[in-house]
Order: sequence, then structure tokens, then C-alpha cells
Amino acid sequence: MSENLTRGWVIAAVLLLAFAALPPLAEATGHSYLTVVASRVMIYAIAALSLDLILGYGAMVSFGHAAFIGIGAYAVGISAEHGLWEGTLTFPLAMAAAGLFALVTGAISLRTRGVYFIMITLAFGQMAYYTASSLSAYGGDDGLTIWGRSELFASPLLENEWSFYFFVLACLSLCWWFASRVVGSRFGRVIAGVRENRARMAAIGFDPYRHQLVAYVISGMIAGLAGALLANHSEFVSPAYMSWQRSGDLIIMVVLGGMGTLYGAVLGAVAYLALEDVLAGFTEHWRVIFGPLLILIVLYARGGIARAFRGEGRDG
Amino acid sequence: MTGTLFAVQVLNGLQLGVLLFLVAAGLTLVFGVMDFINLAHGVQYMLGAYLAVTFYGLTGNFFATVVLALAAALVLGLVLEMLVFRHFYDRDHLDQVLATFGVILFLNEGVRIVWGAAPLSYPGPDILDGAIPIMEGFGYPIYRIALIVAGLACALGLWLVVTRTRVGMLIRAGAANPAMLSALGVDVRRLFMIVFGFGAMLAGFAGVMAGPIFSVEPGMGDGVLILAFVVIVIGGIGSIRGAFLAALLVGLVDTLGRSFMTDIFKLFLEPSAANQVGPAIASMLIYVLMAGVLFFRPTGLFPAAGRS
Repeated sequence: MSENLTRGWVIAAVLLLAFAALPPLAEATGHSYLTVVASRVMIYAIAALSLDLILGYGAMVSFGHAAFIGIGAYAVGISAEHGLWEGTLTFPLAMAAAGLFALVTGAISLRTRGVYFIMITLAFGQMAYYTASSLSAYGGDDGLTIWGRSELFASPLLENEWSFYFFVLACLSLCWWFASRVVGSRFGRVIAGVRENRARMAAIGFDPYRHQLVAYVISGMIAGLAGALLANHSEFVSPAYMSWQRSGDLIIMVVLGGMGTLYGAVLGAVAYLALEDVLAGFTEHWRVIFGPLLILIVLYARGGIARAFRGEGRDG
Repeated sequence: MTGTLFAVQVLNGLQLGVLLFLVAAGLTLVFGVMDFINLAHGVQYMLGAYLAVTFYGLTGNFFATVVLALAAALVLGLVLEMLVFRHFYDRDHLDQVLATFGVILFLNEGVRIVWGAAPLSYPGPDILDGAIPIMEGFGYPIYRIALIVAGLACALGLWLVVTRTRVGMLIRAGAANPAMLSALGVDVRRLFMIVFGFGAMLAGFAGVMAGPIFSVEPGMGDGVLILAFVVIVIGGIGSIRGAFLAALLVGLVDTLGRSFMTDIFKLFLEPSAANQVGPAIASMLIYVLMAGVLFFRPTGLFPAAGRS
């Protein structure tokens, strides 16, 4: 247990230091575009972390997670459209909007389990997608261009690629720390307990539904933050952020990295986006390779990358 | 005029409903009997349409196209079952989701390589060309009516098979309690292959029939798949009757909502505001319907017997 925790902290420290060292190295070697690529990777890492909270620790297979990202992104985009650029307002707004959506849809979805839960979260994700597509005032299908990045205390700090990068890195570190606190808390233990045996947790006096719902909302809010960052990163929002393939990508990241470890989600996001980049370098039809590869990974390599960091024969 | 428009939209709704039923029927049985979540079921619908494009190019005859495409859809479905799905029956739902998601990625992209990314189409049969006049200067295409009739006929046939034959009895037993059925000596794996192949064929048939109306393009099955999920959730997993009623309900609510929601909002909102709000609310309607059903009946309207 404590060994697992230490391992988590060590991997977290190494990964975050590597991220921190990347911009100067990229600059020195003349690959400064890598900074832009890596900030996108970190944004998806935040989203994957939030999904791991409910998928890995709570066994809630949410197939609509991209909706939270999209709602966070649209909150920033729509605010900007109405002249509100202040990030200290729009970022909390994005998280609140995604959290509210998580609260409403979670309250309904969590009444069900198993296949039903997967299908319902998928359906709610699709609902968000179609709703965004029909928002003709905000670009509809074509999406909405944001003419700049959010301000921080009225300063255009984030316009600079480096400061944006380190702002994202700070967000990732903060979310990671927060998530590990949640997982290690009494609340996190209850969530994991419900995953293992719902009836027993209920019998000893915990309300599984309420705990799961709170976890679902927390997860949605963190994903909403990732969405707000993503909107700033691309200075553009579109319904495509919420498409169900995006939700699928997030699940793949978490499973690829190793569920229920937090660092696995971050590693998974890095690995997935790197793999996408490499395969897309071979052929524009890279999904033809990735599809079968995914099936083989699920068939033979459960446990993901995180398993490589674990001791022999250990579980959880 | 409004009455005619309403009648036309009801027909359109029924048309969407029967297509959804054809896709949802196979899906709900596969869930019901094997507790297997198959995201790739929408791809079968897409493959049906693409196979029809190819066979129509070869034969030039719509009815021959339907027969050939159905046979090919059945074979492809069984090949997929043997190559991929079979290995995931005993896995948890998450693994099934990921593996079938992999199949979707592969086939959506594969279709793009083989047939190209541009939308394709093929005409319906000549006999069903033309329109039934509903009012002066306006008719409803016969092909669309034929589609509704064909879908209803399939539903009736399926109902007869499920309620009146031995295989149907086994399917119902499998949906209610697969472990007990297996313990009684029935080869559940073989039963599942039958169900699976049959479901693939039904989805393929829906794709073939939809081709002349909608454009045939990569990813066309994804939207249908998710609507079929909504249908199954509303109808109750494993229930053919539930899938049928829920499919018609979803088809009608979605189509009528999209046609009339803006006008309804115009009754009490500014026209410009109504034009904004109407489409957004209309696209949410079926999900709200689903949420409403789930709130009162978490297992759907007609859960298969013995499931809770």
C-alpha cells in the first residue's frame, strides 16, 4: 500500500519534471512546435485523470466523458463571444457548467448499472453533441472561432506559448495532486469499496448512489477544466470535441495506461497521442492499424503500461 | 395544409422508427442472450449499405442487390463473430466496449479506403418509383412507404420466430436466464452465433433499405447505433416487443420534434429566439424521453422476463 503510494509519487514527479524540461529542450533542438503538441497532451492527460477517477476507482464506464470537455470548451468560447475574456471567471464557469451537466445526467445514469450505464452516458454525450451542433448562434456544426486566449487578471499572459504551457502544467499538477487526495481519502475508499462490493458498502451504512454521484460531478468538473484549456489551446471550439469517438479515445487512454493508478491515465494520454502521431505519419488511414491493435491490446495486455511499473503478481 | 404536413412527418417518423427497430432488434437480443455490448452493430448497418452500392453496380437490379447484400452481411457478421467477438463474451463490459470500438475504427476507415470518403448512393427499384399523391401537387414517395411496410413485415416475422418457434423459445429463455439455459444442456454459444448472424443481417437489411434515401458514407452507422441504444434503453434489454414500440416512439418523437418544435416555440417566443431554441430542444427530445422513462422504470418499459 505505502509502497504503491510512493511509486505513484515518484512516477508523478518524474513525469512532471520531464514535462517541465520539455520547452527549453524543444527550443534548444529547434523543435519548438513540440511545446504546442505537449500542451495538448497535458490537457488530455487532465481529462484522462478525471475519467480514471470514476472509471478506474469507481468502475463507472462513462462513455460520454467528452461532453464535459466540450461543455467546458463552449463555456469559454461563448463567454468570449459575449466579451468575457477573464480566465479567473471563465475557468470556474466552465467547471461549474460541466459539473452541473454531470450532476443532472449522473443523477439519472447512476440509477442504472452495467450495460445500461454505458449506453446512457453515451446517449447523454450524444445529446450534448447534437445540442452544440444546433447552436446556430455559436457556429453550429462549423464550430466557433475564439479570437484570442483567456486573460488572467486582465493580462494577456496566456497568449505566450511558454506561459500557456506552464499554466497547463500547473493545472495538471494541481489536478493530479487533488485526484490523489480524493483517492486516498475516506471518500475515495468508499468509492473503491462500492466498486468491489456495492451491497456490502450499503450494508455497513454508506450510500453508494450519493458517493458515486459526487465522484461523477468531481470528475466532470475536472474534465470541464480540461475543456476550458483545450478551447484556449486551439482558440476554437466545435461539436467534434464532444463526439463519441472522443469519449472512446479517453477510455482507451485510461485503459492503455492502466486503470486506477492516476499516473496510468497520464502515461496513457501520452502514449495514445504519441501512437496516433506515429501511425498517422505512416498513413492517413492510421485507424485501420490502430483498430486491430486496440483489439489485441485488450485481448492480451490488460493492465496497461502501469503494469510494467508494478511488482510481480500484484493487483490494484 | 398543416394536417398534410403532419401526416407526412408521421410517415417520416414511422420510417425512421422501423429502420431503428431493424438495428435495435439484433442489438437487444445480443445484449439479452449473452450480456454482450456490441458497439460495432452500427457498422453492420453501414456495411449493408456499402455492399448494396457494390452489388447494385454489378447487377443493376435492386432486388438482386438486396438478396446478395443480405447474404454478404450475414457472412461478414459471422466472420467478425469468429475473429473478434467470440473472444470477449467472458470479459467485462469495458473490454467489450474497447474491442468493438476497435472494430468500428477499423471498418469505418476500411470503408473509406475501399469505397472512398465521398457519399455514394444507388436508386430504389423502378416499380417503387413515383409518389402517392397526398394533396394537390404533393405526393409521398412509394419507396418510403414500401420501406415502412417491409420494416413492419420484418417485425411481424421476427415476432413470429421469437414467440412461435423452438429457436425463439431458446432465445427468450437465454434472455431470461442464460446460465440456467446452459445448465439444461443447450449450446448457448451456437445459439448466440445464430442470434448474432441474424442480428447482423437485420442491421444490414436496414442499411440496404436506407441507402436510396440517405447518403451512403463512412460513419453513417454511428448515429444510428446511438439511437438504437436509446431505443433499447427505453424498451428494456432483451425485449423485442419493447424494442419495436420504443423504436416507433423514438422515430416519431424525433421527427415530429424536429419539424414542429420551432413552430411551437414561436407561439410564446420571439421568432428569432424560437429559431435558436427550437432546434436545440428538438435534438434533445429523445434523450429527455429516455431520461424520463429511466427515472420511473430503470430497466426500461418492457424488461425481458426474469431480469431485474
